[in-house]
Amino acid sequence: MRRRAILGYGAAGVGAVALMLFVGWWQVDGPGGPEPVGQRPVALTEMDFRLTDHEGNAVGPETLIGRPTMAFFGFTYCPDVCPTTLSDISGWLDDLGDEADEMNVVFITVDPERDTVETMAEYVGYFHPGIRGWTGPEEQIARVADGFHATYERLPTESGDYTMNHSASVFLFAASGRFVTMIDYHEPREFAVPKIRRALEEEMEGAT
Amino acid sequence: MKKYILTSTLAALLTLGGFSAPALAGPEDVVVENAWSRASIGMNRPGAAYMTIRNTGDEPVTLIGLTTPLAMMPEIHETKTNAEGVSSMNPAGEIAIAPGESVALEPGGLHAMLMRLQEPMTEGDTFPLTLLFDDGGEVTVEVPILGIAARGPED
Repeated sequence: MRRRAILGYGAAGVGAVALMLFVGWWQVDGPGGPEPVGQRPVALTEMDFRLTDHEGNAVGPETLIGRPTMAFFGFTYCPDVCPTTLSDISGWLDDLGDEADEMNVVFITVDPERDTVETMAEYVGYFHPGIRGWTGPEEQIARVADGFHATYERLPTESGDYTMNHSASVFLFAASGRFVTMIDYHEPREFAVPKIRRALEEEMEGAT
Repeated sequence: MKKYILTSTLAALLTLGGFSAPALAGPEDVVVENAWSRASIGMNRPGAAYMTIRNTGDEPVTLIGLTTPLAMMPEIHETKTNAEGVSSMNPAGEIAIAPGESVALEPGGLHAMLMRLQEPMTEGDTFPLTLLFDDGGEVTVEVPILGIAARGPED
């Protein structure tokens, strides 16, 4: 019994140390603030979905392999978060200059009912030309969100319409398809741009 | 309760009578700065407007609603992003502003959500937006419409 208790304390101690290490890693790796605690996306190479880009091309996770990728979710009927994210990203891409041309930048709708290929084409046209808009059947969007461990939910509004709650982080992948990190919604560009450079550098080094 | 009603009635009477009651935070104490909004694509999507509302008076003021000829259902909404990084948007309800304090309506937080647009929001135009306060006071501000990709009032 006593031995059990000691073992118990030992396990608790190990747990505490593990927790401290985890907290330390968390704070050091974060940009001075915690990243979302949601699960990280799987590698693009492990995803399987079929969508259409805003120019009508068939696209999937394989489209993104070979270049670093910045991907995020939203919908064009979103008045606040999505235009803010798209204009933030446009600003980051402007900061990156020529380097931005080496990346895939993909805006994936969570509202395919309203966001047709034509709608996506018009919408992304207002932002940085490097941003591609992807849409597709509802069940394919669900598969994308699954792979990203992203969530979205449709909610009715008082005006008789509906709105979407959705993951607002920007996900960064290396050219290999490996997930690198994410940028929180509305994160200042002094944190965001270095994170993007990190994803770009992984490609240069040819890491995994 | 009774006393409150009496005071309110008195206040309303005073306001109606055109007396400047110094204890009441009137519209003259509210200053709206840096108002801006983004252009819309057509009229089906809700618009959003941003600004800073300052209470320069000695009494608290409470923002209770909005009106504008531009939209049938203008309402203050708040975007919240939870620990999982999921953003949601909900009506913010009444917004109290303490004396000397200000409230910022800015991307990713509070915003004037303009539902049921009556006309498209065109870059370069402006529209009047009236803020309604609980004491019956109103402040109307002319909001400039910037580009869809605008990030702030100076863009």
